[in-house]
Amino acid sequence: MRAPGDGSWGRRALVAVPFAWLGVFFLVPFLIVAAISFAQLRIGAPPYEPLLDWSTGGLPKFNGTFDNFAQLFQDDLYVGAYLQSLKIAGLSTLMCLLVGYPMALAIARARPERRGTMLMLVILPFWTSFLIRVYAWMGILADQGLLNSFLRWLGVIDHPLVILNTDIAVYIGIVYSYLPYMILPLYAVLERQDLSLLEAAADLGARPWRAFLSVTLPLSLPGVAAGSALVFIPAVGEYVIPDLLGGGDTNMLGKALWDVFATSRDWPTASALAIALLAALVLPLALIQKLQRRLEAAGEES
Amino acid sequence: MTRRGLGPGAVALLFGYLFLYLPIGLLVAWSFNQSRLVSVWGGFSTKWYGELAHDARFLDAAWLSLRVGVTSASGALVLGTLAAVALVRFGRFRGRGLFGVLVTAPLVMPEVIMGLALLLLFVALEQTVGWPDGRGFTTIVLAHVTFATSYVTVVVRARLAQVDRSLEEAALDLGARPVTVFFAVTLPLIAPALAAGWLLAFTLSLDDVVITQFVSGPGATTLPIEVFSSVRVGVSPEINALGTIIVAVVAVGIVSAGRLMRARR
Repeated sequence: MRAPGDGSWGRRALVAVPFAWLGVFFLVPFLIVAAISFAQLRIGAPPYEPLLDWSTGGLPKFNGTFDNFAQLFQDDLYVGAYLQSLKIAGLSTLMCLLVGYPMALAIARARPERRGTMLMLVILPFWTSFLIRVYAWMGILADQGLLNSFLRWLGVIDHPLVILNTDIAVYIGIVYSYLPYMILPLYAVLERQDLSLLEAAADLGARPWRAFLSVTLPLSLPGVAAGSALVFIPAVGEYVIPDLLGGGDTNMLGKALWDVFATSRDWPTASALAIALLAALVLPLALIQKLQRRLEAAGEES
Repeated sequence: MTRRGLGPGAVALLFGYLFLYLPIGLLVAWSFNQSRLVSVWGGFSTKWYGELAHDARFLDAAWLSLRVGVTSASGALVLGTLAAVALVRFGRFRGRGLFGVLVTAPLVMPEVIMGLALLLLFVALEQTVGWPDGRGFTTIVLAHVTFATSYVTVVVRARLAQVDRSLEEAALDLGARPVTVFFAVTLPLIAPALAAGWLLAFTLSLDDVVITQFVSGPGATTLPIEVFSSVRVGVSPEINALGTIIVAVVAVGIVSAGRLMRARR
């Protein structure tokens, strides 16, 4: 198609530009984080010792330490942050699934001409500021906020419910912010489902609930997995939501990392935390990759 | 399937939409509240918009954010389009596996890690080659281009995969050079995706708190950073007004983009 030689260097240059950019600004920084996670802390700028000591002449001496990682396992603060991040992200993902699945199913089973608008309404909040949407909950959940005022006006409560600055507010914030991530992949699999399977189940005498459990749900599992990963991954490292909505005892990895980095200026420990955070995500990430490959393979077969 | 009245699905959807839109609606309504207190409705007023318009902190931050957004979205558009072309059109090339990972990974990388990583890079670069000198506009733009490129690639790649290749082949057969074909045939075909990708990159840049917080320096405060630091103290009516403006701009943008798309068809 293309003449040999023509554009061959051009093609190479075309790949090289984004390749080099991502190499310099994504891959290399990541390697630096990995390196500094083994560096020793010192007072000064930058606040870490060089990893290799060249002063002795000849071969450089390894000047690193495993203390930063050891500290993560010994300090209750970090162990707690690790466990709490996993718990909050896991439960939020489950709640997203419980709220999002019925919505995705309803959209997928709506009349085709309506689906576009219904889906659009799910995506639309995405385009408005994430920060502003999280902030909106502060006014609602505060002790003197809208929810408490409303409940008092109804006469349901005498004393304000304390929700803001607790874990409950963090759950609400995460579910609210990441719900669209759950609905979109669910919708994608549910919309493609062959409805004649449900008819067959009904003809064989299955009640709608039973048909749902044995046909719709199992067939939608790839969407469930994709949606869960898309919610779980950003939720584990979430920083803004626990900071604004969480309380003093809300201890999540993303927030711990920022505090160690900015307040204690302990960059080596912050780097070690980053590596630990990534380790928490390896499993869900591998899961998505596997699923995507399986979906692609299934797509090629059909 | 037959529908009768409001099924369980419709109820779930209704509550879902209520959950998604009620907080935004309340924010918009309360931006017109005369009272500073959330619990008191002091009557309709636009005074918070007036205060916002005279608040130099927010105006400066908004101006910086716009400059960062336009610059980084344009950079990400170029890089993301190149990456999409390489991934869709070049088949197998050396390093394609690594390239694919590098393009996708920023989409799922937690922001705190990316922020920390970029900051450590900038510090190391400054030490070794003396550039970038301090942190500010330049470092923020470099960081935003890096994460936004992946999103642009996703959008452009999807569109590029649908483009009818016979049009390009026809142009090539008629003797057009590949570069000419790209600009005269391919580019117009993927223009809607380019517009969407740019807007997405711009929106992401305009909204980013975490990564920016790592790579910005004193004197370079973007709008989200300014909002974040004032919101941490508590609810403020000025931020309600600012949020309402953002929501309004987005709504107008989305509706007109939708109209435009429909008109093109």
